[in-house]
Formats: sequence, C-alpha cells, structure tokens
Amino acid sequence: MNLFAIDLNEPATYWQIWSWIQVSVPNLIMIIIMLTLFVGALVLPFPKGRDES
Amino acid sequence: MSTETTPGSHAAVDDFQPTTWTGSIRKKWLETLPPEKMLPENQPAYVASWIYVFGMLTITALIIVIASGCILTIGGIQWFHESSIGHFVNSLHFWSVQLFFLFMIVHLWGKFWMAAWRGHRGLTWATGAICFMAGLGTAFTGYTITTNFNAQWVAFESKDVMNAVGLGSIINVTNLGQMVVLHVVLLPLAVVAVVAMHVLLVRKHGVVPPIDAIDPEAAVATETAEVSS
Repeated sequence: MNLFAIDLNEPATYWQIWSWIQVSVPNLIMIIIMLTLFVGALVLPFPKGRDES
Repeated sequence: MSTETTPGSHAAVDDFQPTTWTGSIRKKWLETLPPEKMLPENQPAYVASWIYVFGMLTITALIIVIASGCILTIGGIQWFHESSIGHFVNSLHFWSVQLFFLFMIVHLWGKFWMAAWRGHRGLTWATGAICFMAGLGTAFTGYTITTNFNAQWVAFESKDVMNAVGLGSIINVTNLGQMVVLHVVLLPLAVVAVVAMHVLLVRKHGVVPPIDAIDPEAAVATETAEVSS
C-alpha cells in the first residue's frame, strides 16, 4: 500500500526538459491527464440517446 | 374569447404590452431568452460528443467546491486542521478545485480548436476567459489562507509578484483577513456571477457547432430573411 503513497509534505520533484522547460512531476501528470482526456473526448464514441419516434 | 397562448411563447410575448419597468424587463428577458431556449429538451446532433461534456463537468466541480467551502467556513480553521472529518472536507475542497481547473482547461481547448467565438459568441468566449482569470485569483487566495507553512511560503513569494505588478499597496497577500474575505466572499461571487452569465449566453446563442456543421440558429435566421425578402 505504501508503494503507491505520495508524501505531499516534501517538495515536488522537478524535471528539466531541454534547457528552458522545467516542470514538476505533479504538474506534468496533470498535463498528461488533460491531454489524454482531450484526445479521448474527440475520438471515443458517445453513447446514443433514446430514439425519438 | 381570447386565444390561449403558452406563457413565454412568442405570441404571448408579442401580445404583452408592459406598462411598468418590471413588465418591460420581463418582456425583454422573454424576447432574449424564451423558456424553450433557457431549458431546451433537445440539442443538435453534433452535441453528442464527449468534448461537449466538459463545460457541465466544470460547473459540477464548481458546485462541489462551493459546497465543501461552505462546510469549511462553518467548521473553521481549527476544525479542518485537527479533525479527521475536517481533513476529509479540506481534501474534498482541494481536489474538487483541481478537477474544476482540469475540466475547464479541457473545455477551453475544445472551444479554442472549434473557434467557439463564431456566430456572435464573442461575449460567451470573453466571459469564459474572465471566469478562468477569476478562478485563478480565487484559487491563489485559497492557497494563502490554509494557515500552515505552505500558505506562508506562497504568501511571501507572491508578495514580490504583487509588488512587481504594482498591486502591492492594494492587495497585501500576507494580510490573512483580507485574503479570507477575498477568497470566501468577493472572488467566489465574481466567479459565480461570470459563470451564470456565461451559461445564459450559451443558452441564448446555442451550443457552438463544429466548424463544418450547420448552425441551427444561423439556418433559421437565413430562412427567415429569405421568407421576408
């Protein structure tokens, strides 16, 4: 269980991507989730509503 | 015998001649936003896409933010720092804010790439942008009032930002009382007011169609113009 626990009382880990982008891992995770949701919303089929007679 | 008309229908609104300012406002309201537009039962076929869901998801998250914020306000600082239920509501408030911004940004991307300001929807787009800014301010003041070392760090770091942009003499981020009133009263009121205006504008103009779809509003307007000419 502790394997998945994240200590929120410590400073976040930061990744230096190239020389001019620095992003924290929590922010990067949020960005990836948002991009996944955005792409998913465009390509996943929407359930059909009830047909009107 | 007078002909029966549905309240709020075009015929009823056209027949109604107001003699008071309240009547004038009602007539103007019904002309601008009749009940069938305000609470429609059907939407165009293109709305059946997940990308159109994120506006409502943002509002749902906002409702949870406000409800949990009200409970935190009633419980008080000591309660949400020291009791397990207080911790839970505090976390609920924090994570619903994360979802609020997450959904709002996906909504923003969707609307940006379909150029949602088309068809006289400029004000709808602008109110969305203002809502985003007001939301940022509300979230920021929230971070400064959690009364812990994190809040102290955020306040003292952002103090330099406020001074740099010339707002330091008006907004003192280290003044807990000022931040609490901004976060709990003024900024939430601004967010709710702007969101309400945004939703009413969406109802007035209809949901923006995809770029290659026919806008039902525009099609009706064109047909009306052709018939009258």
